[in-house]
Amino acid sequence: MSLTIRNVTLVLLLWLCGAPGWAQENDRQQMRGLDEQVQEIKSDVLGIAEELSRLEEKLLYPSGTQLAVFVAIAEGDQMRLDAVRVQINGQLVAHYIYSFKELEALRKGGVQRIYVGNVPTGDHQLEVLVDGKLQGGADFSRTDQFTFRKGIEPKLVGLTLAGPDSGSPPIALGEW
Amino acid sequence: MARAPHRLLGFGAALVLAAGPCVADGLKDLYFGEALYHANQGQYFNALERLDTELAQYRGLDEPRLDTLHYHINGAEFSVGDFELNYRMHHRAGRAIKAVLEGAVDEAVRNEAAFRLARIHFQKGQLENALHALSRIEGQIPEAIAGDVEFLRANIYMATGRPSDAVKVLKQLHADEGLAGFTAYNLGIAMLQNGQANDAIGQLDKAGQIATRDNANLAIRDKSNLVLGNILYDSADFGRAQQSLERVRLEGPFSNQALLRAGMAEAAAQHYDRALVPWNILVEREPTDIAVQEAMLAVPHAYASLNVHGRAALMYGRALESFSDQIERVDASIGSIREGLFLKALVREEARQNKDWVIRLRTLPEAPETYYLMELMASHDFQTALQNYLDLEDLRSKLISWQSSFDAFEDVIRLRGQNYEPLLPGVDAQFRELDSHMRLRLEQRKHVGERLQAMLTAPRPDYLATADERIAGERIGLIEKQLEESGQPEALALQQRLARLRGALTWRLQTEYHERLTAAHVHLNELNAHVDALTAQYEDFVRARQAATHSYVGYDVQIGRLRERVAGAMQRVNIVMARQGHMIETVAINQLRDRRERLVTQQTQARYAVADSYDRAASVQPGGAGQ
Repeated sequence: MSLTIRNVTLVLLLWLCGAPGWAQENDRQQMRGLDEQVQEIKSDVLGIAEELSRLEEKLLYPSGTQLAVFVAIAEGDQMRLDAVRVQINGQLVAHYIYSFKELEALRKGGVQRIYVGNVPTGDHQLEVLVDGKLQGGADFSRTDQFTFRKGIEPKLVGLTLAGPDSGSPPIALGEW
Repeated sequence: MARAPHRLLGFGAALVLAAGPCVADGLKDLYFGEALYHANQGQYFNALERLDTELAQYRGLDEPRLDTLHYHINGAEFSVGDFELNYRMHHRAGRAIKAVLEGAVDEAVRNEAAFRLARIHFQKGQLENALHALSRIEGQIPEAIAGDVEFLRANIYMATGRPSDAVKVLKQLHADEGLAGFTAYNLGIAMLQNGQANDAIGQLDKAGQIATRDNANLAIRDKSNLVLGNILYDSADFGRAQQSLERVRLEGPFSNQALLRAGMAEAAAQHYDRALVPWNILVEREPTDIAVQEAMLAVPHAYASLNVHGRAALMYGRALESFSDQIERVDASIGSIREGLFLKALVREEARQNKDWVIRLRTLPEAPETYYLMELMASHDFQTALQNYLDLEDLRSKLISWQSSFDAFEDVIRLRGQNYEPLLPGVDAQFRELDSHMRLRLEQRKHVGERLQAMLTAPRPDYLATADERIAGERIGLIEKQLEESGQPEALALQQRLARLRGALTWRLQTEYHERLTAAHVHLNELNAHVDALTAQYEDFVRARQAATHSYVGYDVQIGRLRERVAGAMQRVNIVMARQGHMIETVAINQLRDRRERLVTQQTQARYAVADSYDRAASVQPGGAGQ
């Protein structure tokens, strides 16, 4: 018989217990060297990204006119956020539809920068429209208007969203 | 012993997940929240870019306490290390966490930092350093990581050949649900390594019956049963081996191995008919799987042992055909990798969307048969190499997009220059004129203010005379002079009348002095409001004027430098990516060659066996014709 159970056993044991040693020691050394180089490149590129982000901000959104609008979800809120629309002084500046991954990121405490742009100093109107679904599956939609004042420093506006069951205002404005 | 680190890799990954980005309670810094938003989606480059910028700004402040990041600074320092770890930047992650560890932080924070540092060392295989980091933990340990600390300690003991210490730690560990299966399995393995075979069997038996719905714990439960089945099989305890193997889920990742082993346990007990039950299930499964390929030979072997030689011959024939097909597929895969199609398929966008994408490459035309690479792909080294390759591809895309951003920036700057340059000289000339007027008026206002202030202590009613009164006073003075010089007799009477006029004027100035002084202060204050409005307008203009210049002047050097940095980084990315890609291709081809050799051996075995079976079938046929 060309194949015995013992053969099968031996092969299987080697396979089950063998480490996934895919590379020889020489290959491993090479891999480690490459890994170190990749880490260095990542560090370099992050440095470039940081400088580029400062340049971009200075060039496109100077502090005197910069306005950034952020979106967060109230802690523990279970509303399923579908979309947010933001209008500034009657102009639509952002309309964002959320993926499951983005919604989860918000639920875990993340804050999304939904809009960054420029407005002159003075008072401005902000209109926010939120679409979503409640836990029971019912549609939820809410619009609110706010006024904010833009000074000479960058203006950060935070919108905290909550479903009607949470006891919190559906759209709360926080200014930084 | 040398195998331990590999066995523990999965648990290292579990630890990383357990200590992922946390929810920021009462978030005060929106940009820190933004970094968490990216990190929560696994976008660690973006998260690091945001948080690095925030931390650099925070550290550059004269009074960082006034910055909103100050409320989260410990969390931010930790998060940087975590994000770097997740982005596979172990060097920087280690440095970031060491900085927290050596800073003036409270005991709980220091202990958490020590744990994270230990975890990094463990993942890098620096086991002594990992133990040293854990030894820095003392006093209060945050409840959320207390179990993870001990689990990590046990893993390090196992990886450093100290199974008895690992057993002690794991026995005392009351792990939460997420780690329960891993803890139970590791305790069994530690006991096995420590020479406590009976205890290990008992422990793996427990680990194999843990009640759980969690996928990771279900998988480790299957693995416990498989390992236990193997141990019992090796001890010739086939009955109990069978019981353990039957607990492995039929749909789980270890089911093929379990089915193969279950058949072997039955075959070892000469129960070939019963061995055929799991093996016949197995042979219908994915033909590239190593266990399935083993079963293709094992099934006809069982039939032959049952003297069903005709059936055995047919099954050997089927195996022979399958091995030939598979050899062709492996050859095609090797060819596809050599043509660079493997790397091309790896960097497709779908790979970012679905972590199982690599396995599904087989569905793409001309992509290699990735099922043959599954074992390779499950290895930590290959995963690191693959992730590095994908990260480099991401970096390359970013660098390309930045290069085009520079062109856009320069366009914006050029257009702004074209707009402002003809306008600004005129604006500046007009501004200079207005500026000098304004300065003059402000100087006058200042002078009036100082006078009024001085008059509070040294009254000067004449300063508050109206224009008419001042003219009248001057005319009286002039007439007085003329009368003195005339020497005419009627001058005396006129001088007396003039003195009465002066007296009346002086009376008015003296008696109305306080009222006038108050009114002057009121008017000056009213003027202040206008001056403030003017000053604000002036400052607005100056800012707008500066902003106009800043919008297009002074960027050349910075953009030039960034262009060079991007070009340099791009060159390095291309070089390292080519090396990394070559390495991936080489090991993949080596892996496929090994599988090819194995298939060729099995093919040869099948070829001999099919002939042998036909002979035997023929010999038992009446007349020996073997029809």
